[in-house]
Amino acid sequence: MPTGAELRAFLHGLPGVDQVGADERAARLGARSIKTTAKARAIDLAISMVDLTTLEGADTAGKVRALCAKAVRPDPAQPDAPKVGAVCVYPDLVEVAVDALQGSGIGVASVATAFPAGRAPLEAKLADTRAAVAAGASEIDMVIDRGAFLAGDYLKVHEEIVETRRACGDAHLKVILETGELRTYDNVRRASWLAMRAGADFIKTSTGKISPAATLPVTMIMLEAVRDFRDATGRTVGVKPAGGIRTTKDAIKYLVMVNEVAGPDWLTPDLFRLGASSLLNDLLMQRRKLATGVYSGPDHFTLD
Amino acid sequence: MDEKLFEYAPAPESRSVVDIKPAYGLFIDGEWVDGSGEDRNKTIDPSNEEPLAEIAVATAEDVDRAVAAARRAHEKVWGPMPGRERAKYLYRIARIIQERSRELAVLESIDNGKPIRESRDVDVPLVAAHFFYYAGWADKLGHAGFGANPRSLGVAGQVIPWNFPLMMLAWKIAPALATGNTVVLKPAETTPLTALLFAEICQQAELPNGVVNIVTGAGGTGRLLVGHDGIDKVAFTGSTEVGKEIARAVAGTRKRLTLELGGKAANIVFDDAPLDQAVEGIVNAIFFNQGHVCCAGSRLLVQESVAGELLDRLKRRMATLRVGDPLDKNTDIGAINSGEQLAKIRELADSGEDEGAERWSPPCELPQRGFWFAPTVFTGVAQSHRIAREEIFGPVLSVLTFRTPDEAIEKANNTPYGLSAGVWTEKGSRILWAAERLRAGVVWANTFNKFDPASPFGGYKESGFGREGGRHGLEAYLDV
Repeated sequence: MPTGAELRAFLHGLPGVDQVGADERAARLGARSIKTTAKARAIDLAISMVDLTTLEGADTAGKVRALCAKAVRPDPAQPDAPKVGAVCVYPDLVEVAVDALQGSGIGVASVATAFPAGRAPLEAKLADTRAAVAAGASEIDMVIDRGAFLAGDYLKVHEEIVETRRACGDAHLKVILETGELRTYDNVRRASWLAMRAGADFIKTSTGKISPAATLPVTMIMLEAVRDFRDATGRTVGVKPAGGIRTTKDAIKYLVMVNEVAGPDWLTPDLFRLGASSLLNDLLMQRRKLATGVYSGPDHFTLD
Repeated sequence: MDEKLFEYAPAPESRSVVDIKPAYGLFIDGEWVDGSGEDRNKTIDPSNEEPLAEIAVATAEDVDRAVAAARRAHEKVWGPMPGRERAKYLYRIARIIQERSRELAVLESIDNGKPIRESRDVDVPLVAAHFFYYAGWADKLGHAGFGANPRSLGVAGQVIPWNFPLMMLAWKIAPALATGNTVVLKPAETTPLTALLFAEICQQAELPNGVVNIVTGAGGTGRLLVGHDGIDKVAFTGSTEVGKEIARAVAGTRKRLTLELGGKAANIVFDDAPLDQAVEGIVNAIFFNQGHVCCAGSRLLVQESVAGELLDRLKRRMATLRVGDPLDKNTDIGAINSGEQLAKIRELADSGEDEGAERWSPPCELPQRGFWFAPTVFTGVAQSHRIAREEIFGPVLSVLTFRTPDEAIEKANNTPYGLSAGVWTEKGSRILWAAERLRAGVVWANTFNKFDPASPFGGYKESGFGREGGRHGLEAYLDV
């Protein structure tokens, strides 16, 4: 375990991020024109990367079962449409989702560690995590303690991630940075490295409860971080932008960014996910449009 | 995962928005006229060497007529016209440029070879912005700091290069017209088409006859224009070699002169730079517009302590550059403008290898026809190598290292040129320290190749004199 001083020296020794330049580069990547065959492949890839999510206080077993059915067969009219990457729910509904997805090959991701604020004693966060894993979650989406991070207590953030990692057992750990609260790109880069060093399998932008959620420049900085982390350590970490990605056009911009910033190695659901709910139907609509040449109205796609 | 999985399909911009005529005459006194000579140039599409149109070569007689028309327009119409009225025409031209932006961008890419992404997102918006900006000055010249009622010079003879055909036209014509001058402009031999379309825009804007005259041709026509007794001002953008010739021709005459010439800009990366953005800045500095940029950051000066890491990142980034069809919306690097320029780039790149520098290009497939050169970086370059001293004007970067900030400045200034420079550091005080010491007309901090009509542009030393853009750009066209 590093000391607080070592962590601080390391994180503050990372090259800075020039905000104007980063925004410009992200915007330019967003201007790539992805058409015809490339678009078709991108849509299928994006569908397979969706973490189909419901994280509402009003979630019920019925709602989660419906979502799982959608995850397995996103478009009943097009049976060749790929299934999604995972279904993402609160810990108490993991069991329902695991049941519903039995045999489908689709994993269940659960948020944990007092999602979304993360303001709870470590013991509570770990209990939350253990419960989700015990119920069958194969992926845990934890939140970092943004308060500790912003106060400069990097060691506390590091320790919490390490502890949660341990509580995960075999489950994959996604670490949510909540970049909308970290604000600066320098913070995003430092938090990314902090999470990766502490054992994250994925770094994730947002809870979806804070605005702004995922943005292209923030995701780009995280993609640069996983790329550089692999160069430095040999370990490959995934990236998950979450929240605010609603259209196929947006999703394709993210895929272009993965392709050109981190590289094609990351173009797989094992290393890149899109946390979203309404995105899926837009992907399906565009998919059908490419196949048939005509747009079907929103009522031709199931709500969940 | 299969690398071809996400191969971008071709996304070509349609050529159908432009209407290229088989042959073009000269635009004199508000009308299209045939040149008096027999000579014709062919302009070609540099991406496939297909001929585009035949272009008249203006003779001494043609240049005479154009200058006479400009003189009449200056004395009778444009000179006496109140600034606020001139402004209306400039605003109208600016708006028409915006309305016809797609047509202008496609035509520019076809004739020049530059990627549509740049002509669409950089060139044409800046052209419109330049006319809007100087339209705003036309009725405020008394407040520009050149006296209460500064007078125009008269007729300006303007010769522009092929690298930014329309943008250089705007930089020349907009300030000249705003200050009450009339112009005779000669576009470059290889890229006349957007200037000729601009003539059409002048007609569409009902600009009074003779205010803008366009005479096409090669160096001979340029010489006739620059040497003509009837002009009061010469403005030239192009090579230092031709600039010197012009300065000699104009010396001892009443003509005012501004020259915007070559460069060999240093792009300095300190060890505390934001590395990922610096890599983007380096790419933008030297590969923007195929490196056909007088202010290109063609010499990368990188602090030795971060050189290895930076070059690794740069090479990885260069491998994602897409070279090919200029009209494909995903193309980053288009065609070299002419066979002549391509030969020059090859010659200098070969000299780099001969002199012992290490050459590297990413694997990239170049089209069979047309003029192409892969993005190239030379490492281990010494100040004494030709590729560190001579302007290549192509997508070729020379990398040198330095140990201390003082050494960086010394090396950066150790060139006969002085057009631009770049500084990359997260330390604000170092930016100011470096900018104070760099002998260059423009110093960019943590960015490169950024242009704005409000910002003056021009050179030190053999990069020329006079400023274009901003309030300063008015001075070159006022009798002050």
